Amino acid sequence: MTIFIPTPLRPYAGGRDAIEISAATIDEALQALTQSHPDLRKRLFTPEGKLRAFVNLYLNDEDVRYLPAKDASAVAAADTLSIIPSIAGGG
Amino acid sequence: MTTTIAEPTALPELSTDDLFRYSRHLILPEVGMEGQQKLKAARVLCVGTGGLGSPLTLYLAAAGIGTLGLVDFDVVDASNLQRQIIHSTKDIGRKKLDSAAEKLTALNPAINIVKHDVKLSSANALDIVKDYDIVADGTDNFPTRYLVNDACVLLGKPNAYGSIFRFEGQASVFATEAGPCYRCLYPEPPPPGLVPSCAEGGVLGILPGLVGVIQATEVIKLILGKGETLIGRLLLVDALNMRFRELKLRKNPECPVCGDHPSVTGLIDYQQFCGIVPEPTPPSSQEPVVKNGIPQLTVKELKRRIDAGEDAYIIDVREPYEYKIAHIGGKLIPQNEVPNRLAEIDRDREVIVQCKSGGRSQRIAEFLKQAGYPRVVNLAGGILAWSEEIDPSVPKY
Repeated sequence: MTIFIPTPLRPYAGGRDAIEISAATIDEALQALTQSHPDLRKRLFTPEGKLRAFVNLYLNDEDVRYLPAKDASAVAAADTLSIIPSIAGGG
Repeated sequence: MTTTIAEPTALPELSTDDLFRYSRHLILPEVGMEGQQKLKAARVLCVGTGGLGSPLTLYLAAAGIGTLGLVDFDVVDASNLQRQIIHSTKDIGRKKLDSAAEKLTALNPAINIVKHDVKLSSANALDIVKDYDIVADGTDNFPTRYLVNDACVLLGKPNAYGSIFRFEGQASVFATEAGPCYRCLYPEPPPPGLVPSCAEGGVLGILPGLVGVIQATEVIKLILGKGETLIGRLLLVDALNMRFRELKLRKNPECPVCGDHPSVTGLIDYQQFCGIVPEPTPPSSQEPVVKNGIPQLTVKELKRRIDAGEDAYIIDVREPYEYKIAHIGGKLIPQNEVPNRLAEIDRDREVIVQCKSGGRSQRIAEFLKQAGYPRVVNLAGGILAWSEEIDPSVPKY
């Protein structure tokens, strides 16, 4: 599956805007992503392993929080995971 | 889904000038006479007349919004003109509010411009927002975004939201009754300093142009009650790859502001909410100011030390391209590399951490202190303060 990396996090993902990961669930995909990019782990997860509150995850166009299985949801090869952090620029 | 704002009791008549000026609207079935009258009756508050506010307010004025409220407390500087196109070179040094009002009146003298010459805060937001039908958020920091959101939810005013970062933008419409609010999407702000501002991170000048006009479009659709708005939708704009994506936004039933059992029923301290510790009032004595345990070194004091031949060990934590533009002889270790390059930073000397304006260097100074460095200070105001107060030949950027 493809994980879309938002601009603020690209420096920690080798500058890439999309990364291909093989995984069966969302959780597995995130673990695989942060294992290969450890700097990303700190930015995405709290020390207790929870996704930071100012980051949202979307499986295709659905917010993962509202999926019945949340981050245990199964993913297919054609699915995309979008990491959407809050941004505030406007000036 | 379409949604409309509350209809005014009687729609204002269009003058002969109006009929000619808005003829291209009048012949559109989606607008027509009645639509144009609705635009004339509408009252829209634009928070911010900068990057987003520039195109937003210009297009709303062009469209004939009857009352345009403007909120801005900033002053025009040259670095704004790369993207804040409502201001001109001759406006440098002038209040943005006055500059914007002048251009909007020149474009459309018939509309009513209301200037709110204040910094929007919990003390004044409800009072200001209550007189408008719709708010367009063109601000540039997290505390104000949460403030605008909460004020809109509490008062029942839709919020046409847009935000930008480097070359990426987001747009949506928050705070409608059936739709989500900003807190449904982001219950908590990021810790201060994690997401750079436009001044620190840079921004492609055209980006607020794209996103600001999307916001203006949504405002107009809300007023006309036509088309499908961005309620419940998050539009993502990637200007670099010119890709537009859309994600579904849901109203969170447990949202503390707009949910079924709201716990936030009044405006709060948003600086505190965003983890921003207030600056200590500078003492009148010569005592050094200390922020979060880090003494703040003034550029004047640094200059004195250099001239007196005293130790001035400067670690510059900016990016290489910034160092190329201007530097004051510090050792360059970009902020993200500091944790891996501690061996290169002397523990025996007092470390002066320096960046562009003092923000990044403060955070790195705190990190070094935690890493056990006994003497660390932050160069308050950064290289910009050095250029301003000590050596104007050092380029500002």
